[in-house]
Amino acid sequence: MTVASPVKPAVRRPLVKPDRTIWLVLFFIVTSVLLLISHETDIMRNLGPLGDVLRNKVVEALVVSLFLANVLFAYLWKAANWAKLLVGIGSLLFVLPLAGQADTSLLDLSIQIMIFAALALGLNIVVGLAGLLDLGYVAFFAVGAYTWSIFASPRFGEVLKYYGENSGTTGSGTLAIGLVLAAVTAGSMIYIRGLHGRVAPTRLSNLSFLLAGFGLLSGIILIGRSILVLFSGSADAVASGINPGFFWLFLALSVMTAALVGVLIGLPVLKLKGDYLAIITLGLGEVIRVLANNLGLYTAGSQGITPIGTASVPWFNSLVGALGFRPDQYYLMFLYVLVLIVIAVILLVNVRLDNSRIGRAWIAIRDDEIAAQAMGVPLMQTKLIAFATGASFAGVMGMIFAAKQTFISPESFNLLQSITVLSMVVLGGMGSFSGVILGAAVVTLLNLRILPGLGEASANVSWIPQEVNPANFNRFIFGSILVAMMLLRPEGLLPNKRRTRELHHEDDQEDESVDGNASGLNAGGDVYSAGLATTKEDDKTGGDR
Amino acid sequence: MIKTTTRLGTTAPASGGSILEVDALTKEFGGLTAVNSVTMHVPERSIVSVIGPNGAGKTTFFNMITGIYAPTRGSIKLAGRELVGLRPDQVTEAGIARTFQNIRLFSSMTSEENIMVGRNTRLKSTFVDAVLRTRRFHESEHEAREAARLMLDFVGLSQWRNEIATNLPYGDQRKLEIARALATTPKLILLDEPAAGMNPRETEDLKALIRRVRDELGVTVCLIEHDMRLVMTLSEYITVLDYGTKISEGLPHQVRNDPAVMEAYLGRGAAAGEYGKEEAPK
Repeated sequence: MTVASPVKPAVRRPLVKPDRTIWLVLFFIVTSVLLLISHETDIMRNLGPLGDVLRNKVVEALVVSLFLANVLFAYLWKAANWAKLLVGIGSLLFVLPLAGQADTSLLDLSIQIMIFAALALGLNIVVGLAGLLDLGYVAFFAVGAYTWSIFASPRFGEVLKYYGENSGTTGSGTLAIGLVLAAVTAGSMIYIRGLHGRVAPTRLSNLSFLLAGFGLLSGIILIGRSILVLFSGSADAVASGINPGFFWLFLALSVMTAALVGVLIGLPVLKLKGDYLAIITLGLGEVIRVLANNLGLYTAGSQGITPIGTASVPWFNSLVGALGFRPDQYYLMFLYVLVLIVIAVILLVNVRLDNSRIGRAWIAIRDDEIAAQAMGVPLMQTKLIAFATGASFAGVMGMIFAAKQTFISPESFNLLQSITVLSMVVLGGMGSFSGVILGAAVVTLLNLRILPGLGEASANVSWIPQEVNPANFNRFIFGSILVAMMLLRPEGLLPNKRRTRELHHEDDQEDESVDGNASGLNAGGDVYSAGLATTKEDDKTGGDR
Repeated sequence: MIKTTTRLGTTAPASGGSILEVDALTKEFGGLTAVNSVTMHVPERSIVSVIGPNGAGKTTFFNMITGIYAPTRGSIKLAGRELVGLRPDQVTEAGIARTFQNIRLFSSMTSEENIMVGRNTRLKSTFVDAVLRTRRFHESEHEAREAARLMLDFVGLSQWRNEIATNLPYGDQRKLEIARALATTPKLILLDEPAAGMNPRETEDLKALIRRVRDELGVTVCLIEHDMRLVMTLSEYITVLDYGTKISEGLPHQVRNDPAVMEAYLGRGAAAGEYGKEEAPK
């Protein structure tokens, strides 16, 4: 082995995919008709035995799944662009709302899927791209939800009333003190930061930075308290929540609050890696839930907040009304369109970030943290951006979730939710945008439709004994599906291109390192004096990889 | 080998001032002193080597310069700027790039993308630019791609541009790591055992490449290496470490004939007389 045999780049023959335009359109029409028929009670009544089959819960769940598969096929199959556009827009903007008109649970399901898809996209940035295992992701969802819920429900009036009754000595003087304190400390923090840019930080400067931080925090608390006290007079005006017109402002606010909480949680924990990070994020996620449980004044504790308002958009309502929707469906229809727009924006942001300097930095950190830092990637800053971006997606969806449910309690944000979102990311394919959306759809459909439908359908079948009735084994079936997936297709349903390359590459890797070692041994003979040493260090190299 | 040494021996260790000044650098891990008060000045546009037996503290020394370890004592100045206390990414930004003893390429990226990451610190575009696809974003993407193209050409890996970095042949992976480091436009590049695991032909290639890095790009090169033939023919100045202490420094032929160096590598007895016989077959 004198000369390393040149390895040629593997020739990748692009698979010639058959054009499936006709099939796509056909599939779209068939599933659309099925979906629409199964939700039209008049037609169903006339169908006789066929109607009974369609009314079966399992069949119903399958019809919905097949219909949603349209969008997937439009994305995956090779077909004419007009067909793809027709199927995509047709299913999401026409057929689905039309079927939802007859059965609002369908709209509810679609919103739920898209909320989870957004969560999965956000977590995908943190876990899939930057490689930071976050098990407390639902905390950001909770932050977004509570940001809106507290203000858009009777809670806000009660908070104001409380402060009015317990004002103490707080007044406009406190506001002034708070403002001065905040301004001074913020100024000194900026100054110290600027100083750190020029000179190496010392222990004293770090301490004073921390002290100024605490000062800023207390300043903000003073400001907040005095504002609440000063405005306590208007408690009655907001007895049922603030003006719905603030919805749009809060859409931005929930993004910012969640991002801020992401940074605050990230700052202390992102120095940790792997398992340690997973454990501490799990803990902090629970901390947020426990806080929601115990800050009774603001969150009503375990009772939960209700009713939560939503935006009222008159022109949209009249538009939807003209299309034949009932007034009680207006808000669901509004949220459906809103969530569709938000997820489109989120997807766009994701794709754009992925193909940018920041996306490359995230993947570099995931691949090799030390090398990334040595190449000039600032670890902390890049990880914080990942955390904050992921958190902000969860924040905005949390707010929409609260508006849709009109009721939230700390139990809506337990650990299981974080795990569910993580399972969507893993099932769909880490790092792959289309994959995690599919993962979200599959998991949500399984949990909300297919498994309960299976349970319901089998509950009345006499020959299945109660002990093995699938209705009692929902979680078990879901778990089995996950395990089977991980065994059969570990890279996910729609794997990320990079991941696939990496997985394939691992097979070659073995040969590579053997090769490397062999040539290392060979080179050892040529070494001037420390020949043996080189060989040894090379063994280390091979092992490390 | 003697022939080449004589030729290099006449070469003065470059003109100009020092680009890197390391003074009394010390690293203690608990009770163990891994690097003990090492002073080293690297002249601008030179190729210097740090050698020493295994465990001599060479890599620890590199890790301190690049900010991975914080030194216990001492100072590191790059072109007059103090580096102690900076994070590794700030050191890179200041102008020191490095490669690793065990290759650390980004395994899910192509060769081009690997180099583009190296270019990251020199790019101006921000998060907002990326989301809004501003002109600055397009400009910096173009710049990164251009840098990748230039660097791949420079190290002769253009044909691997879209190949996953870790699929490259071993020697090419080492070259790619150098290209990635060069993409940060460093003043000084630190190579940690660049020839480890290479066959003689690849080593010759590497030697030519390192010379071109200095001659064509004007980047000062500092390397740790065990391949003595490479070290002796390539470097203009050599520092020898043993047990964390600098035991010798000077021009290659001076270091070669320094009894302290032979002792460190071969032990006291061998250094006294056996040395020449052992190496006779060469």
